Amino acid sequence: MIKVQKDDFNVNQEIKDISSLNKNIGGIGLFIGKVREGNNSELKSMTLEHYPIMTEKKLENINNEAKVRWNLVDSLIIHRYGKLYPGDQIVLVATFSEHRADALESCEFLIDWLKTKAPFWKLEESNKGKIWVEEKKSDLEAANKW
Amino acid sequence: MHIKYFSWVKDQIGIESENLIINKKIDSVIDLITYLKNKNEKYNKAFEDLSVIRCAVNMEVVNLDNKINDNDEIAFFPPMTGG
Repeated sequence: MIKVQKDDFNVNQEIKDISSLNKNIGGIGLFIGKVREGNNSELKSMTLEHYPIMTEKKLENINNEAKVRWNLVDSLIIHRYGKLYPGDQIVLVATFSEHRADALESCEFLIDWLKTKAPFWKLEESNKGKIWVEEKKSDLEAANKW
Repeated sequence: MHIKYFSWVKDQIGIESENLIINKKIDSVIDLITYLKNKNEKYNKAFEDLSVIRCAVNMEVVNLDNKINDNDEIAFFPPMTGG
């Protein structure tokens, strides 16, 4: 399932909702991305912009791709947009499988992919002003390894 | 042709989207960029360094030499930073 939303999400509830539908889930791979304040507490806010419809389409595609590559019972991607603050949750990737390897690997695959291929852009606001976050070489390499 | 701009490309050009009726022959994304750059200095500056410009045609990321049609939705943006 894919959710692109402004609102925060409750990880426990989301996991519970999916787990209750299938009793054959043996393991859950989980990644929660959060807004970091920075080492010098410099970040005031982070605004996530996205390309509606394309975002949902791309997330749906990659979620389906994960289900082809790994033996998953279910998977969930929640990605927030709008203005967020240090400590806020940005993204949740949860993969549900019978055995742990499928859940852990597919979870890593999905978050690596999201970093560079989902149409989101981050605007960071700090004491220095507003800066659009640039693509990181390490994120590109991580996405390409799959 | 419906064109959308995101992130700093949007900031530099100053608008989120526009509908363009172009009388000139525009075959590819790069033709469109050349056309836009000639419109005014804002576009010219936004498209100055094409190594940081990504394009989607009908919501699929394409290379800048990709062919385009009048009824396509074209989007310009910098590399994506999700997650």
